[in-house]
Amino acid sequence: MPKFVLLWTDAAMWLMVAALAGYLLLLRRRPALAANWRKVFHDPAALASSVVLLLCLLVTMLDSLHYRPRLPPAAGQADSAPAYDTRTRSVLDTLLWRLVESREATYSRPLSYLGFTKESVLVDGQVQRVAPRLQHGGAHLADPERQWLGDLAWRSALGLLLGAAGAALLSAALLAGVAWRNGQPLRAGMVAAWHGEHGIAWRAACWTLGAAGLLAGPVAMLAGHYHVLGTDLTGNDVLYQALKSIRTAFVIGTLATVATLPLAVGLGIAAGYLRGWADELIQYLYTVLSSVPNVLLIAACVLMVQVFLDKHPELFETGAERADLKLFLLCAVLGLTGWAGLCRLLRAETLKLRELEYVQAAQAFGVPPLRIMRRHIFPNVAHLMLIVTVLEFSALILYEAVLSYVGVGVDPSMHSFGGMINLARSEMSRDPVVWWSFAAAFGFMVTLVLAANLFADGVRDAFDPRARVLRPRHARRKAVR
Amino acid sequence: MGRIVLRRIAYGALVLLGVNLATFFLFFTVNTPDDMARLNIGGKRVSQEVIDKWKAERGYDKPLYFNESRQGRERFTDTIFWERSVSLFALDFGRSDAEGSGEIAQEVASRMWVSMQLALPLFVLQLVASAAFALLLVMLRHTRLDFWGVVACVLMLSISSLFYIIVGQYFFARVLMLAPISGYAEGWGLLKFLVLPIGLSLLARLGGEARLYRAMLLEELGKDYVRTARAKGLSDGRVLTRHVLRNALIPIITSAGSYLPYVFLGSLVFESFFGLPGLGAYVIDAIAKQDFAVVRTMVFLGSLLYIASYIVIDLAYSWADPRVRLG
Repeated sequence: MPKFVLLWTDAAMWLMVAALAGYLLLLRRRPALAANWRKVFHDPAALASSVVLLLCLLVTMLDSLHYRPRLPPAAGQADSAPAYDTRTRSVLDTLLWRLVESREATYSRPLSYLGFTKESVLVDGQVQRVAPRLQHGGAHLADPERQWLGDLAWRSALGLLLGAAGAALLSAALLAGVAWRNGQPLRAGMVAAWHGEHGIAWRAACWTLGAAGLLAGPVAMLAGHYHVLGTDLTGNDVLYQALKSIRTAFVIGTLATVATLPLAVGLGIAAGYLRGWADELIQYLYTVLSSVPNVLLIAACVLMVQVFLDKHPELFETGAERADLKLFLLCAVLGLTGWAGLCRLLRAETLKLRELEYVQAAQAFGVPPLRIMRRHIFPNVAHLMLIVTVLEFSALILYEAVLSYVGVGVDPSMHSFGGMINLARSEMSRDPVVWWSFAAAFGFMVTLVLAANLFADGVRDAFDPRARVLRPRHARRKAVR
Repeated sequence: MGRIVLRRIAYGALVLLGVNLATFFLFFTVNTPDDMARLNIGGKRVSQEVIDKWKAERGYDKPLYFNESRQGRERFTDTIFWERSVSLFALDFGRSDAEGSGEIAQEVASRMWVSMQLALPLFVLQLVASAAFALLLVMLRHTRLDFWGVVACVLMLSISSLFYIIVGQYFFARVLMLAPISGYAEGWGLLKFLVLPIGLSLLARLGGEARLYRAMLLEELGKDYVRTARAKGLSDGRVLTRHVLRNALIPIITSAGSYLPYVFLGSLVFESFFGLPGLGAYVIDAIAKQDFAVVRTMVFLGSLLYIASYIVIDLAYSWADPRVRLG
């Protein structure tokens, strides 16, 4: 039995998934809210991007189950006192173990079977500068110069085929599921779901799944035998790093935004509803907070977190646990420093709401203030909270890269997009240029952030009726009419 | 008017006091000076003597708030709180924590000009470029170009500014050799070093800001006075430039104004990438060296500038829209 390790961010992420499940259950009881969400998925871009985000969430959650594998007992030692590996692994690591193990000496180009840097080798008694064969990349080829292209071709073709088949199966299952929910006969129901006859054009999701399958298939077929995205300075597989970075980005994006909510919502509603000295005090608090340039405030807090971690080595056992605690505290810092904007927004909205008749009526009936805030004000500002949270998500992923560059981001031992970009900076000034690590970080990050942005736009359009006017598409349709 | 400005300034001073107290609490109470010394010297097993020496050299060996060993006024002035917190209000920043470096105030004074030379033209160009692009999108609002323009904006704002810098440096400086990769020079020679950071920074923020300004302009466009202006027979372009733009100026000024403190502080990342010795690069160096004194000072200075710029924005409001009463 391996020893399971529950890291701080793991616990937080699983709680978040549980909260999401709870929210989905709540949606069944709130038809109005569910209708709003259906409106989000009317937008094909939002639907497609939510598929991308779900795939990233899958990677994140696979990477959030950590354990330390049991080591085989040393010779002469009883099996009763098991020893565990000092390295903490996640399920994702185990799935990608071939990538972790196939470490090269240094840089190598994507899909290459030769090293990037030339070495002096003795050939026929003469010293020659040649690029050495890689230890793992293309190691199965006996005569690489002739076999390489063919090997790549059949593997990627097979991968494309398998990926397409997998995506088609998943899409069919999705459409069948929708048809079943709508209570239609299977064939007609699937066609109806594809054409979006019940409001949601599921074909956008199917196309996204197809694209993901076509990308992932060849990569999966090649990954065990080549370094699909090359290797970095220390010979580690770049694809593995990029996949691991998804979790870091996701954790920062979700935990840090959720961490802002209690303060922003509590204080914002209290300030708007209670007014008077409480309002003055809360306004003063967030003015103070927002008057410090954000990067500086975070830098100051993170420096203090570093001192704190230095002082309390008893809080973590392994390096991974330390890095994780640091990530968790970084999210807390981002949350504690980032609530001012939402708080200001909620205060203004509450000021408007408290003058409405139903709140006045509740007051006249003698409902206590706390109950009014909870039952009458909060549900009516919740959509603002949702919109801001979703918008913040992508901003924070971008922010993480900058913070890591400044030196107050995640631990250097933790894989993150910021860390990859940081290293890429010196790689891009080499000659010949080492571009693959940078390109990988770029590709993954843009996909993730773009998906998050499109999803956020969809949510905003569905929940904020004012924003819908601004959509270019809507404007165009209006002109036609 | 004068009285209201005074009141704003008084509130600003109060906020600054709060910032100052909070920073002091964060830097000296959450962790003791001993912890700071240990981290700064490095290594787990640092002897107490080394720590004491480090603290004495930098004046951190005094009591926090109240010095009982002194007489009279010195009881309060010869403490860490006075020297590190109160004196900031007199713009006396003290010395940096790093070994053998000088007065912070001197560094700040000389670096501020460098930051301004980058950020001031950038601020103006950014406002003009983003507003112009937004205006263009609004003019094309019933066409396909608007749709694709917004798509381009979303794509551009999904790309981290670090990518713009790295690709820009690689492409424009290394491949095309149009501008130097990084560096700094006095006088007009600086121009060629500024072209790349300013251009890339413009590009990096264009997507987000143009989309924001477009939304603001469209919101104005839906109002009644626009219909009246049209009914009067004004052309679309004239309505946009004379009426809508002027009214949308208020939200635009506010959102642009939040960048004002960075005019002085410099764009952190851009300065350090392009080797410009401004305040932004100073902060990054200080964080890397764990120079707490400099970070503390910059937090104070940053909030001072922020508060000052917000007072300026308030004044700009009343200039842009006489209906806005200060108060």
